[in-house]
Amino acid sequence: MLNRETIANLVLAALLLAVPLAANAFGQPFYVTLATRVAILALAAAGLNLALGLGGLVSFGHAAFFGLGGYAAGILATHAFSGDPLLFGWTGTNQMPVIWLVAMLVAGLVGLFIGLISLRTSGVYFIMITLAFAQMVYYFAISWPAYGGEDGLSILVRNQFPGVNTMKPVSFFLICYGVLITALAFFVLVRASRFGSALQAARQNEVRVATVGIAPYRIRLTAFAVSAAITGLAGALFADLNRFVSPSMLSWHMSGELIVLIILGGTGRLFGPLAGAALFVVFEYVLGGLTERWQFFLGLILLGTVLFARGGLLGLLAGKARHG
Amino acid sequence: MTLALALEQLLNGLQLGVMLFLMAAGLTLIFGVMGLINLAHGSLYMVGAFACAAVAAATGSFWLGLVASLACAAAAGAIVELLVIRRLYDRDHLDQVLATFALILMFSEGTRWLFGSFPLYLDIPPLLQGAVALPGGAQYPVYRLAIIAAGALVAFGLYLLIGKTRLGMRIRAGESDREMIGALGVDIRTLYTVVFALGAALAGLAGAMVGALQSVQVGMGEPVLILAFVVIVIGGIGSIKGALLGALLVGVVDTMGRFLLPQMLALFVPPSQAGLIGGAAASMLIYVMMAIILAMKPRGLFPAAHA
Amino acid sequence: MAEPVLELSDIVKSFGALRATDHVSLDLKPGEIHALIGPNGAGKSTLIHQICGTLRQDSGTIRLAGRDIGHLGVAERSRLGLGRTFQVSSLAPEFSALRNVMLAVQAQQGSSFRFFKPVMRDASLIDRSMAMLERVGLQDRARIPAAELSHGERRQLEIAIALALNSKAFLLDEPMAGMGPEGSKVLTGFLDTLRQEAPILLVEHDMDAVFALADRISVLVYGRVIATGTVEEIRRDPAVRTAYLGDHA
Repeated sequence: MLNRETIANLVLAALLLAVPLAANAFGQPFYVTLATRVAILALAAAGLNLALGLGGLVSFGHAAFFGLGGYAAGILATHAFSGDPLLFGWTGTNQMPVIWLVAMLVAGLVGLFIGLISLRTSGVYFIMITLAFAQMVYYFAISWPAYGGEDGLSILVRNQFPGVNTMKPVSFFLICYGVLITALAFFVLVRASRFGSALQAARQNEVRVATVGIAPYRIRLTAFAVSAAITGLAGALFADLNRFVSPSMLSWHMSGELIVLIILGGTGRLFGPLAGAALFVVFEYVLGGLTERWQFFLGLILLGTVLFARGGLLGLLAGKARHG
Repeated sequence: MTLALALEQLLNGLQLGVMLFLMAAGLTLIFGVMGLINLAHGSLYMVGAFACAAVAAATGSFWLGLVASLACAAAAGAIVELLVIRRLYDRDHLDQVLATFALILMFSEGTRWLFGSFPLYLDIPPLLQGAVALPGGAQYPVYRLAIIAAGALVAFGLYLLIGKTRLGMRIRAGESDREMIGALGVDIRTLYTVVFALGAALAGLAGAMVGALQSVQVGMGEPVLILAFVVIVIGGIGSIKGALLGALLVGVVDTMGRFLLPQMLALFVPPSQAGLIGGAAASMLIYVMMAIILAMKPRGLFPAAHA
Repeated sequence: MAEPVLELSDIVKSFGALRATDHVSLDLKPGEIHALIGPNGAGKSTLIHQICGTLRQDSGTIRLAGRDIGHLGVAERSRLGLGRTFQVSSLAPEFSALRNVMLAVQAQQGSSFRFFKPVMRDASLIDRSMAMLERVGLQDRARIPAAELSHGERRQLEIAIALALNSKAFLLDEPMAGMGPEGSKVLTGFLDTLRQEAPILLVEHDMDAVFALADRISVLVYGRVIATGTVEEIRRDPAVRTAYLGDHA
């Protein structure tokens, strides 16, 4: 028996696949790129959704992981291109699977470190501290000139994936789509698992979790690091999409946008990030086409959503969230 | 390194600290009394700077501009509180963050709409131009000293306001017991609007004063906002005393770090390298300091009673 | 004489000048219900916080089954067998009654770091949790979110959770509070049998329940235990009558 949310999810997933394929068939690569952007932003937000939606951890610093993933891709590709050794004689790589692994590892480890300190606090402290740590990474990227500093770093040739011509927009889209669906499947599994139970319970009632003998801190720290790793993976793909990495990927606007994506779509929902990312990119494209001041109206829409439509897009489509 | 140079940097640090205090005081007050996290505080700073620059350009008087900045920021604060913020007090922090993030987008784009994309410039008033000699021979701008003095004055004023007046008593009551002051018949909605406008005015004042040191442009409030967050996290959210000490600490450590770290590194590595590494390290210094303080005291140096 | 399961020795806790817990010693023996009573502000809550680990005592030791737990965190104490219920029910409100119990069962089984097997297809979790719900009579309400349960049902659910933890000792904080007369009667009967499973430290205002259930009673006044004894001994104790029952006694 399919409920409304499942139907909405399937339709969204099908649309995200069908629109760029159709656009490609009609020779409109621009829309393929737009759809790729949706998929990557959705992936980044899906990572955050693990911490924020399931764990209730309002991280205002996920841009740090997004950017670190991006820089991992950029730096590895730069070294692979120039042949200069990066670490222990390794000259980087232009193979996406390796890059993804490194991006997830770096973002996950930094997430672990940031979480280690930030998760000692909660509420508004947590929001501000994650924000501040992300700014730290941002300022470091700006003031460290080796990889472009403020100007960013170009990836001259898009990185490669075995057996695929990544330079074709539709091929690269399919890679990103595949990664996104894998990540969403992972999200489903985790949400239903013992770990997911403990994480969601810790959001609802921390004392209850401790009282049955589960330490919320360790659960949250794990969730935060995994969440960081997924967002880092999205960052690596984003760098390959634009063939460019800059500190703006690390900026606090980015962190804000990732939260916005989740809220626009519907907090804690499996497809919330995808719905939100699609909505966001469409707003950006449609509003941006109508007026130079589209950010003003984006703010207005966001404000309206927060004040009056808290369920987000999926809340409107699928009704109230259900919990087992 | 000369003593005069070090003294100059120390004063610069103090000046930064004072600015941060003006921002942080409003943030921490708004959080302490209303339990609200306001990302749009940096926008009010920007409003103050633009109001001051626009009025000063039109009238030729910095001082009229300063008055305008206070009035505009306070008015913007009051309007925003009435229209948006008061719907957020009962919401969780996530909703507050998002709604005030939306306000930033609207303020930034709205300002660009009104004033265009080019930065405005604000001249230092004639009275405060020039420099004074510091011990050791260096010259230090009078205007920066005036900012430090103004900040000290505001800090003292806030101390009097909160410690000695009726309004201050209500603010303190609001911090410790929200239900109680409602029960005592204080009009809590008006109190909240007043507190929000007061915080906004302080931010606007900071923006106006800094506007004469750098260009007045959209987005200028955001770096300051984030530093102000660091300040109140270090000081303890809700504590004015914590905001003051945190602000001075962050101001001085940040400025002195940028000044000293490259020089210290130059003792060990070639100068070009030292500038590079030192600069990068200095930009991270206050965040490292914050991490260390929080690792030891998760609720900051002066934790408020609740929150 | 049997070894006490839970043993508090010489616990002291001060907040500034206020001594909230003043050299308290208490023990809980196998099979007994030991009631802790005292007027409001006597320091019962502070003491409970110290037993379950949300507050740290200034001095003194707390032992559970012979092991010093006084320096451990809340989660660790629970894992070692301290099962508690709350004065105001504390549950995961969005989770069903069943999933609330399942959380305890999964904690009790060991690892919460399993990422892929769905809990709702995990028979070892569900069967045991349903058994616990049956014991407290909630089996028909298993799928209802905790937030939608009645006050009394939430109480029962908390007890089911404590049962699922295989607790060595129960710490029940005013389980009768807010229960109607009928509910109190049922619960009293249930606690009467529960003591066979593990001894109960019962903090309670409802004197009918206390006198019906308790093997021993300790009276806490101004942070001190002024008397410990059987129901009869406490009824007769002049110090208790003055301090607790008031002047008219």
